[in-house]
Amino acid sequence: MAGGIRFLQGNEVCVQAALYAGLGFFAGYPITPSSEIAEMLSRRLPEAGGTFIQMEDEISSLCAVIGASLTGKKSMTATSGPGFSLMQESLGYAIMAEIPCVIVNVMRGGPSTGLPTQAGQGDVNQARWGTHGDHAMIVFTASSHQALFEVTVKAFNAAEAYRSPVILLYDEALAHMREQVTIPDPGEIELVDRLRTSVPEGVDYHPYLAREDGRLPMSDFGGVHRYNVTGLYHDMWGFPSTQPRVVYELHHHLVDKIELRADQLASYREYFTQDADQLVVSYGSASRSARQVVWSLRASGERIGLLELETLWPFPAQLVREMCERASVVVVAEMNMGQVYHSVRGAVSRPGSVYLANRVDGQFIAPVDILNVLRIVRGKGA
Amino acid sequence: MAVTDYVRKRFFPHLWCPGCGHGIVLNALLRAVESLGLSKNDIVMVSGIGCSARISGYVDFHTLHTLHGRALAFATGIKMSKPDVKVLVPMGDGDALAIGGNHFIHAARRNIDLTAIVLNNRIYGMTGGQFSPLSGCAVNATTAPFSSIDNAFDVVALATAAGATFVARTTTYHVTELEKLLKQAIGHRGFSVVEVFSQCPTYFGRKNNEGSAVQMLRNFKERTARLGSSALEKDGDLIPRGVFVQRQAPEYCEEYEKLVSRVRGAGA
Repeated sequence: MAGGIRFLQGNEVCVQAALYAGLGFFAGYPITPSSEIAEMLSRRLPEAGGTFIQMEDEISSLCAVIGASLTGKKSMTATSGPGFSLMQESLGYAIMAEIPCVIVNVMRGGPSTGLPTQAGQGDVNQARWGTHGDHAMIVFTASSHQALFEVTVKAFNAAEAYRSPVILLYDEALAHMREQVTIPDPGEIELVDRLRTSVPEGVDYHPYLAREDGRLPMSDFGGVHRYNVTGLYHDMWGFPSTQPRVVYELHHHLVDKIELRADQLASYREYFTQDADQLVVSYGSASRSARQVVWSLRASGERIGLLELETLWPFPAQLVREMCERASVVVVAEMNMGQVYHSVRGAVSRPGSVYLANRVDGQFIAPVDILNVLRIVRGKGA
Repeated sequence: MAVTDYVRKRFFPHLWCPGCGHGIVLNALLRAVESLGLSKNDIVMVSGIGCSARISGYVDFHTLHTLHGRALAFATGIKMSKPDVKVLVPMGDGDALAIGGNHFIHAARRNIDLTAIVLNNRIYGMTGGQFSPLSGCAVNATTAPFSSIDNAFDVVALATAAGATFVARTTTYHVTELEKLLKQAIGHRGFSVVEVFSQCPTYFGRKNNEGSAVQMLRNFKERTARLGSSALEKDGDLIPRGVFVQRQAPEYCEEYEKLVSRVRGAGA
């Protein structure tokens, strides 16, 4: 694929970036507003010699993705809220068995079928806690097509590096709007492949014996090493175990490999934050309106800045705390009832100075929605 | 190679109850694999959750122990991205046809080259004896204290209607037939289904006064008959055993490979 300037739909940018990252296998089920991803990959993957399969539901889609990834292919699925709900069980399996894969959730509004053709950001906490049990999760988002390309590649890189499912969350607005994007040339963005074992054939291979840095070299399933993979707690051979020590160590390994690297995983953009005494925190397409607010108020001399998060989980609490320290007012702009707002309040030293500017009526959050909150907050003398 | 060379000896004795039929299925399966001359590295076994799913822990193949009902979905991903391996999918009755029913019919519809083995003991064993969609009416179970009013699926009819290209049924009493049918199923190119009646003396037998494991095996002998046998002709209540479907049809992975070469050829 040659690089160059294109005018694309968000879902198409995701497809182009996934192929750039080396996608070899896609399984999915049609659902608005993500269907274009499956449609485009049903053409592009066979053309590239990869594998596309339309499954009977979202449950089987993620199961097939996990199976394919085990055999050594970079694999992904794409869905929206209802389908993402169906994937939660196998998402937990991918965490437990440490299978790299990317799950794209193009967010619509509301619970249940909700607003299938409109934008929302209500799945932030579902992405974090949707599957049962203690676990860590890597979740990225993006606010522009250019960022979406980079973040999609980053999602594949993180999945491979951390042997973990990675969730890419963006909303219907970004998915369906078209804007300019510069497709990088091959090699321009570094690609990460999973570590593969150097243990030769015939020598005992321990699929779940972590190196000192926490990484687990893989052997392509169905290849030269025979081993077991399970969703049960397991020992270094991958066989079920209920020994307290084995359970404890695996539990910590799974959580720590991500939570202790929150700083490395933190991806964000900042605008005018150096001297800001008012700070807007936002992400995804809502951040486009926040940027507009910050630019216009800056033009009238106000010391206002924007922190735009691209990593939603593990939540970059330290970054948020440091950035908010100087600001007397923090406004979180998002299209839900305050899912990141609560995380920001939990991270800062003065939670009382954090306010929410949101919109949950299916309409896109506009600059004026954020401005109104800023006006009210300042009217209170904050 | 001896049959014992195909097992992971350090995990024995197995966890199945005394008298359970699943060990008989494991034995027959390994004999079938041995007589086909397959290498351990050529075989991937994918299982779901339940007593039957534990088979995968005991065999020295590439083994994937997945989620309840989802074994065929994981297996589809593996087979599509690595078509050269043989994929065996042992499942329980609830696993295959309750929670996994949708995956079962769609795998059959695609005619993807997987071997589905349904270990049918008509009960959920691992969770303590609840009725399954293969229990049928008038069965006692821990969730049917007044006996069940649910009809059972006919696995053979269901698999046939859904498009499976090899469909067979036998029991754990008929061990040589079981080995032969499994061998045929594994050798078949396309989606193959072997339903095996397997006894669960612990729950099904105890709850339904079927007696010991030996008595349950005797029941399998007395209540079934080979397809085409005169016994079956005379007694319509007997359950037929044997090969019900064996036909050649386009296999999914091969069709996908053809599609890819057509697309890439056209683009070149």
